[in-house]
This record gives sequence, structure tokens and C-alpha cells, in this order.
Amino acid sequence: MTGEIVLETRNLSQHFGGVVAVDRVNFTLWDAELRCLIGPNGAGKSTFFKCLTGQLSPTEGDVVIRDFHAGGREPHEVARLGVGIKTQVPNVFDGLSVEENVWLAARRWQGAKRAKVLTDETLERLVLGDIRNDLVGVLAHGQRQWVELGMVVAAEPWLVLLDEPTAGMTQEEVLRTADLIKEINQTATMIVVEHDMQFIRMIANQVTVFHEGRILIEDTMDAVARDQRVRDVYLGHRQQ
Amino acid sequence: MIRSRETRWSLFAAAVGVVFLFAAPQVFELFTIINLTTVLALAILALSLALVWGYGGILCFGQTMFFGLGAYAYTIAAINIGETTAPIFIAIFVAAAFAAILGYFIFYGRVSDVYLAVITLTVTLIFYSLLRSTSGPEYKIGNALLGGFNGVTSPPLNIPGDPSNVLYPEDMFYVAMAALILAYLFCVWLTQTHFGRVMVAIRENELRAELLGYDIRLYKLALFAIGGGIAGMAGVLFANGIGRVTPDIFNLYNTALTIIWVIVGGRGTLIGPVLGAIALFYLTSGLGTQASINNNLVLGIILIVFVLLVPRGILPGVIGIWDRAQSRSKLLRSEKRMRRRRAPRRPEQEAANDG
Amino acid sequence: MDLAIALALQIIYGIANLVLISLGLAIIFGMMRVINLAHGEFIMLGGYVVVISTNHGVNLWFAMLILAPVVVGLIGVIVERLLIRHLYGRMVDTLLATWGLSLVLIGLITTIFGAQTATTISAPLGAVPIGEYSTSGYELFLIAVAIVLSVVVYLALKFTRIGLVARGTMQAADMASALGVSTSKVYAITFGVGAAVSGFAGALLAPLTGVLPTIGATYIAKAFITVISGGTAILAGTTSASVLLGGINGIVSFGIGPTMGEVALLVAAVILLRLMPRGITGRIFRKSL
Repeated sequence: MTGEIVLETRNLSQHFGGVVAVDRVNFTLWDAELRCLIGPNGAGKSTFFKCLTGQLSPTEGDVVIRDFHAGGREPHEVARLGVGIKTQVPNVFDGLSVEENVWLAARRWQGAKRAKVLTDETLERLVLGDIRNDLVGVLAHGQRQWVELGMVVAAEPWLVLLDEPTAGMTQEEVLRTADLIKEINQTATMIVVEHDMQFIRMIANQVTVFHEGRILIEDTMDAVARDQRVRDVYLGHRQQ
Repeated sequence: MIRSRETRWSLFAAAVGVVFLFAAPQVFELFTIINLTTVLALAILALSLALVWGYGGILCFGQTMFFGLGAYAYTIAAINIGETTAPIFIAIFVAAAFAAILGYFIFYGRVSDVYLAVITLTVTLIFYSLLRSTSGPEYKIGNALLGGFNGVTSPPLNIPGDPSNVLYPEDMFYVAMAALILAYLFCVWLTQTHFGRVMVAIRENELRAELLGYDIRLYKLALFAIGGGIAGMAGVLFANGIGRVTPDIFNLYNTALTIIWVIVGGRGTLIGPVLGAIALFYLTSGLGTQASINNNLVLGIILIVFVLLVPRGILPGVIGIWDRAQSRSKLLRSEKRMRRRRAPRRPEQEAANDG
Repeated sequence: MDLAIALALQIIYGIANLVLISLGLAIIFGMMRVINLAHGEFIMLGGYVVVISTNHGVNLWFAMLILAPVVVGLIGVIVERLLIRHLYGRMVDTLLATWGLSLVLIGLITTIFGAQTATTISAPLGAVPIGEYSTSGYELFLIAVAIVLSVVVYLALKFTRIGLVARGTMQAADMASALGVSTSKVYAITFGVGAAVSGFAGALLAPLTGVLPTIGATYIAKAFITVISGGTAILAGTTSASVLLGGINGIVSFGIGPTMGEVALLVAAVILLRLMPRGITGRIFRKSL
């Protein structure tokens, strides 16, 4: 790998009572990467994600984004670094219109005029123009996911963290999302958490596989797909 | 679209207020006008809670604490200073500052909704018992004797810079009405700003607001302090309307009243709770003259009925019905147009289309 | 030495008093995550049951120990069936509805018995001398009752079926209903038991405080603060918060005065909640009852 390290975790651990969800993970992300985190349910990838985004305060270890020690900080402090975050369950403002949702993301960083322009651009880019005045609460699940992606894009982040962006989407929406992610990656470094292997094949080059709270393997998509351990983990061949 | 309609109605409401400001003294008797100062003070208190709870989603059960603090701070400052212009600002500052301090503990501790409600209620009740126990001569602040449950007599407002030129009770109506209109317009403006929209966003989804980089603790704290300041200003007017402040301001009944105004008027609107406060004041003072019906009983039943049956309150309910009626009439109109277009067709063709 | 004993007893009584006035609220909060704003009125009703029944010739001890908890407990069950169960899962609305209930109860009692109640009952058991000082025998009795009541709640939580369900609900409310426990029935019983304990406390305190329709307001501030400082563990939360806050209240009351004692109690609770937003048992003693 070349370039600058933009995010790393050092011995990151998250315990819930007696359960170790993330176990001393050392993870490194280089500039301009599009990294996919995969793993079966309960592998700890979503917990790991929440530690990166400040939604959970790690039990041990640290998260460093550029020079900022983000472990145990508030979500807004992480976001303020210029990090765009999309959570697994769509977190949107149900009582507000699509336009207002996106505007709130743009206006956080920009003055009123620029925010307006950015909002219009984003709505056009994500083909949300027709529903811009609709309340987000009445939209279909896939559309809500897109609104949230729109909020991420409108903030013009340099680092984007997405947790299962295609959950609940139709096949066509998944394809569009894959294109969008590649497009975002032109200007931003990305981490995408997914368990849909089909989708990962569409976007990934470098993949990190989580299993039982640790990194099982980290390699190119092709190498990971050939790896026997990954197959065992996913298909449950090996009895624990 | 929705927003511009809101603005239009808000300006309309403010205009009605201005008309009332000039017309009321011509129409009503002196007694009613003097009484109105108190009612308007309560209406501003309702407005402050409509902002904090209805817009910001901050479940404050102790808005009367800032109201009472404002009333006491004004009275004590006015007695000590000997004029009343500076005390108005002192009162607003004291109420806002106390809200900010309490808000720091609540919001930065990230206590939940229910805890926040209970803490604010409890602090209010502690003020009540604290001030009730100040009847001895040793409880004085400067020249102002706190007077326990009898309270303190509040000096009336004077013309700024002229302490001897005191406002008559009927003049107070103009001040109170102007204060209500200005406070209302301020709140409307606030909800339209970036700050106001972020507050709505936080009410809708705290986590998303945080993930966009908004420090929700700071936003809530700011709104809580602003609401506290407005309530403090209402307290100044109340002290003028009644002519006295007593610990009863902080009692449980008054706290319940503020909640009922907002529930009845409707969460999410600013004017609803204001109208709720005015309507309930006249309802309860009407009932108060009939000894057989107890105010607590009536208010309790109103609260339960609204929570169970009209949880959105009257005004949002009316707006909802209006919107439905509008869209129905629009639908009817377009159906008529359709029918007219279809008219030349033969009946059997239409039947075939329907099938 | 005598002074120290008398002072210590006073502080212990303060703690016992907090336990008594808070436990009924804590039971409902721990199980249902609902702060019952009509809690003060349940206490008030307990007091009225005692005053009215003794005026009609009922034995004081029977009225306090049996009649008051039974009557108020039944009222609690009725309230749960008629009002609370329509609002499951709507925490804020439940809070508001119980506040409405509080006002209704104050209004009803005022309408029936008037705003003042002249008849009072004097505290039994006389005074107990401690050297030069003396303490009220009835206060010593209340300390004993608070201890016994805590032990009974502990045993009930630990060894009865409903207690088992209660513990499950305290740990994870969704889990208990997923296991097929009829939460509706559990909530009705919980609300009834909580009301009964509150009525019991009101009955016990009536000889010391007298009764008034609005007397509930004098208890709820302290009870609320104790329960939310304690957190959701019914017994560990109430007792630890009572010891901490009652202790601070007692010491400051002795040093400066009772009003400052209340202020100190509140300030301590607010600081505590800044440090432990989910109460003492949200941070420590998490697995306790």
C-alpha cells in the first residue's frame, strides 16, 4: 500500500458485559481507498463501525483519524473532521422534507447560498428532485436510504463510512448505489460495511473480513473469495 | 411550501395581536384590561414552553421555575435599585442563566426525556419549599425582605430613566401585549433560522443530527436558556400584573397548568399554547367562582382526555382537518373536470372503462 | 455521646423516611420505566384511609398496616386497567396521564372532604429517652418498618414467581414479553403493588404530618430525586440513593438548617446525575435487585 494513513485503530476492543464484540483490532486505512468490511452476522463489524463513528466508546484501545484521537469522542466531533456517516438503520429526519434533510447536511459546513446550491446539486445527482418536497417519513425504505446517502454526499466529506448501505433496496437501487459509491470514492476515502457478497463484488478491491470480533483476513476481493477460512466462516462448515 | 404558509399565518396572528393591542382598551372595561396583563404574562410563559417543548422536544416540566425566578429577580432588583428598567434585564438574565446552568447538567449528562421532566419538576418544587421557608427577618436580599409564603410586593414599572414616572395598571396592558407580540415574532423568526431548523432536526432524530456534526448538547442548552429567558420576561410582567410575587408561582398546580396549555394548544405550534393559556385562564377563573367544581379536577380531566384522545392538541388537529378538507375539495374539483371531459362518451363505454 | 446517638438516629430516620416514600415509586419505575406522577396522591390517599377509618372506630394499627395498602393497591390496579394500559410504550404520554390523574385525585378528595382536614391522629408509642435527649418511639418504629419492608421486597423479588418475572423485566423489558410472560398482567400487578406500598407509606406518615388533599406535593420532589438517582434497580437503587441523599440531607440539616438540607439533597442529586446519567445502579451494582 502507498499513500498516507488516514484512519487506524490500535488494539481496539469493545466489551458488553462479558461479551467481547470487538477484540484488540488493529486496522489501517490508506488515503483514497474503498475498503469493504465483511463478515457473518455477529462478527463485530457493526460494533467496530460504531466505535469508529463515536456512537460507542471503546472499552480499550484507540481510533485515530488523521491526527485526531477519536476513541470515546462524541459522534459530532468525529463528523466535524469531515467524516460522512451512514448508519445501518436509516437515520433520517422523518418529519422533514427530502430537501430539508439534505439542506441540513449541507448547511452544517456552508453558508446559506452555497448550501442551497449544494442541496440542489445533490438532489439532482441522486435523482431525488421529484420527491424533494415529500416528507421522508412516508418514503419507501430504499428511498430513505438514498436520502441518507444524499445527506452524506451533501456534506462533501473526505472520509465516508457506510454501514450496510443497500439493506432493503431493490436490485435496481443496489446497482445505482454501487455506481454512486464508486463516484463518491473519486473524492473520498471510504469504508463500506456489508454482508451482501454480490454487492461487495461490484465495488470492492480491498476487503477486510471480520470473524468473532477480530480481523480474519485482509486482501483483494479475489483472494478473499478463494480463501478457505472465509468460506468456512460464511458457510459454517467448521464446527466451533 | 409548508414553511411559507406557516410564515403567512404567523404574520397574520401577529397582525391580529396588533389590532387587539389598540382596540382592546376601547372595547373592554378597565378591570378587564388590568386583568389582561396577568393573562398575557401567562401567554408568554406558554409561548416559552411551546418553543422549548413543542419545537425543541425538550420535555421541561419546570418552565414556571424560570417564570418565578424572573418575577423574584425583578422584584428584588427593583426594590434595591429604585427603578425598574435595569431589573427587567436582570430578571431575564437570571432566568436564562439559571436555565443554562441546569441545562448544562441535564444535557451534558445526557439524561433521558423522563429524567429531564422529573428533574425540572423537582427543582421547581424545591424552589417552592425553599421560598416558603424564608419568612423570618433574616431572609433578605439587600433591602428586599423575602417574606416567606406572603411573598414580596413588586414595584410597578416606570418609564425608563424616570423612576418617579410609574406606569398605571391600565398602561401595563400595552407593555404586556407588545411584549407578547414581539416575543412571538422572535420565536417565529428563531424557528425559521438555521438554528431553529437544526432544533427541529434534533427533535426528529438526535443521532442523525450528531452524525451531521451538530453538537446537540449545545443546541439544546441554547434553546433551553432562550426559553428560560422568555419565561423570565413573562415573570416580570406577571409580577406587575399581580403586584406581588409569592412562592405559589412555583407550586405544582401552576407547573401542571403550563403543561396543559401546551397539550391543549398543540405541540409543534407556537400560537396554539398561547391561545390555550388564554382560554384556560378564563375557563378556570370562571369555574373558580363556582365553589362546587374544583379546578384540579377539571384540569386533570382535561389533561387525561387530551393525552388519550387528542394527543396532538387542538390547533394541529384543526390544521389537519383543514388540510384534508382542502385536498378533498381539490379532488372534487378535478373529478368534476374529469366528468366534464368524459361527458360526450357513451354510457356503455364508461362502464367498460370502469371494469 | 448521647448527642451523637440522637443525631445518628435522626439521620437514620431521614434515610428510612426516604425509603418509605420512594419505594412504591421505585417499584413502578423499575418494572415499567414509568415515573408515576400521581405517586404523591397515592401517599395522600393512604393517609386519608387511616384518618377516615380511625374516625369510624377502626383500630389504628389495622388501618395503617392492612387497610391502607389494600385500598390504595386496589385503586392502583383500577387506574392501571382504565388509564395506564392504553399508553404502553408511550413514556411521555404515560407521564402526562399520571399527572392528570394526580390532579383528578386532588380535586376529588378536595370536593369530598374539603381543602382542610381538621381531624388529626396523634403518633402512638410516646418518647424514648436517650440519656439527656429523647427520640420519638414512633420514628424508631418507622425505621424498623422501612427495614422490614426492604427485606420483604428483597425476598419477594428473589423467591417468588412474580419476583422472577420482575427481575427479568428490570434487566430487559422486551425480553420478558418475548418469553411469553403476560406483560399486561405483570404491569397491572406491579402498579397495584407500587400503589399499595405508597399508600402504606402515606398511612404510616399520617400520624406525623396530618392529611391534606395537596400533601402529595411535599413528598414527590424527594421521592422522584431518590428514585432517578437510584436508577432502575428497585431495591439497590432506592436504598443506596436514600442512604446517600438522606445522609447528606441529615448532616446539612443539622449543620445549617432543614431548608438548606433539602437544597443540598437536590444539588447532590443533580451532580450525581451528571456523573451517572442512568442513576447509581446504572453505573454500579448493575446486576442487583
